[in-house]
Amino acid sequence: MQTIDLQEIGLRELNKTLHAQAADTNQTAWEIVNPKGAHAIACGLDAPIEVTVKGSTGYYCAGMNQQATVNIHGSAGPGTGENIMSGKIVIEGDASQYLGATGHGGLIVVKGNASSRCGISMKGVNIVVQGSVGHMSAFMGQSGNLVVCGDAGDALGDSCYEARFFVRGTVKSLGADCEKKEMRPEHIEILKGLLDEAGIDANPAEFTRYGSARTLYNFDVDNAGAY
Amino acid sequence: MNMCGIVGLFLKDKALEPHLGEMLTSMLVTMTDRGPDSAGIAIYGGESNGRSKMTVQAAGPDAAFAGLAKSLSAAIGAEVKVAVKSTHAILDIPTGSTQRIRTALQELNPDIRLMSRGDSLEIYKEVGLPKDVAAQFDLAKMSGTHGIGHTRMATESAVTTMGAHPFNTGDDQCLVHNGSLSNHNSLRRKLRREGIHIETENDTEVGAAYLTWQMQNGASLGEALESSLDDLDGFFTFVVGTKDGFGVVRDPIACKPAVMAETDQYVAFGSEYRALVDLPGIENARVWEPEPATVYFWSHNAVPTSTEKAA
Repeated sequence: MQTIDLQEIGLRELNKTLHAQAADTNQTAWEIVNPKGAHAIACGLDAPIEVTVKGSTGYYCAGMNQQATVNIHGSAGPGTGENIMSGKIVIEGDASQYLGATGHGGLIVVKGNASSRCGISMKGVNIVVQGSVGHMSAFMGQSGNLVVCGDAGDALGDSCYEARFFVRGTVKSLGADCEKKEMRPEHIEILKGLLDEAGIDANPAEFTRYGSARTLYNFDVDNAGAY
Repeated sequence: MNMCGIVGLFLKDKALEPHLGEMLTSMLVTMTDRGPDSAGIAIYGGESNGRSKMTVQAAGPDAAFAGLAKSLSAAIGAEVKVAVKSTHAILDIPTGSTQRIRTALQELNPDIRLMSRGDSLEIYKEVGLPKDVAAQFDLAKMSGTHGIGHTRMATESAVTTMGAHPFNTGDDQCLVHNGSLSNHNSLRRKLRREGIHIETENDTEVGAAYLTWQMQNGASLGEALESSLDDLDGFFTFVVGTKDGFGVVRDPIACKPAVMAETDQYVAFGSEYRALVDLPGIENARVWEPEPATVYFWSHNAVPTSTEKAA
């Protein structure tokens, strides 16, 4: 285990050190102490290493992540895991707004709640939230899965494409072109796999699936007056 | 104001009161990257028996404040004391004489600008890096019950002292803002027609004037904040200071960040968690984001109103 004190070496040096790890590095376990809400901690990683941040992080922690596992032992600031490509991010506390925005792949797990715009424009990332998510979550979601074990705020899945949303609690309101869907056996399977991978004990049968009604995909002349 | 940093600290533990200035200054300086253009702080320093305060500012303080105590005392026929702090001066005045002092100041020297009025509120703000502004007024040495601060990155109007936050909205009331209001021009015209004094082209000053106008028409601060959600168009996280505490409200979209922390000793607000990390016991504090379109209040009042939360 390598331990780095962020206040001692500074952000650039920290990220440079983590970026220097090759695919076959022997130093696979890293611990970052004194994060103190700093921005861009462990951004742009691209090696199969495991980084544990001992405390709360600021903007964009683990952004653009590939391969690495990043554990945040605290709460995470806005834009955490933005554009994640692969790997895993586990947040022990709450996540601020636009978690996993535009993420293409990988898994993000939140043990607390996620704020507004969780999974906005998701393009393949899977996000599992043990608590609730805020308004405008999965806005324009294109692909991937958003699992919410608590409740969802206003306008869930507004203008979404083919992303799937599983919510166990209530949905305050659905966004434009987002609708309730049938939970077929294949969806139960997908959800069970995601909950298992996230290490969350919840019964997939208690969830409701939501997704695109697909009425906004193509231009409809009846909507011409709206432009 | 677009980017900007906001901090606020409301003390429950009296033992911390001598350290309020020091704690707020540290929080403010941490928010420098969010707003390096100018900075300001509003601090509530407890009761002053039968006396009130006004904070005034002048670009040339030596000339402007020389002999001011004597001329103001003569103008209102009662004792006025003046304590100069760099470009600002605190006027110690008899309660109820605010309007007469204001008129007298306009006649004596129109270049003296009013920063704040009230029984316990003092506002200090200037152009410059937050650490320099804090040093200029020795903010770290100030004590008090609660205070709010702002670091500005200007988008909607010029970088000037009068464009810096906090803005005074009424006796012992002030406002800081992160965001940008898009209907400030039409609202400014409307409020000016209603007789509300608005000094600058700044969007936040219009927000502050709007609250003043609502309260002049009988609204409580909580009601004024509720109606701001309908009448103000744009992005905002507002923190308002009152004689007894502070309030927080975010617009319904809530793009502008906000984090709060509460312990037995204090309630703190920061644009980012970073601003809170040096507070005592932060590791075990309850930390959360205030909900959009929801008005929050913390008050030292023993019997809080329905919209207030007692300390």
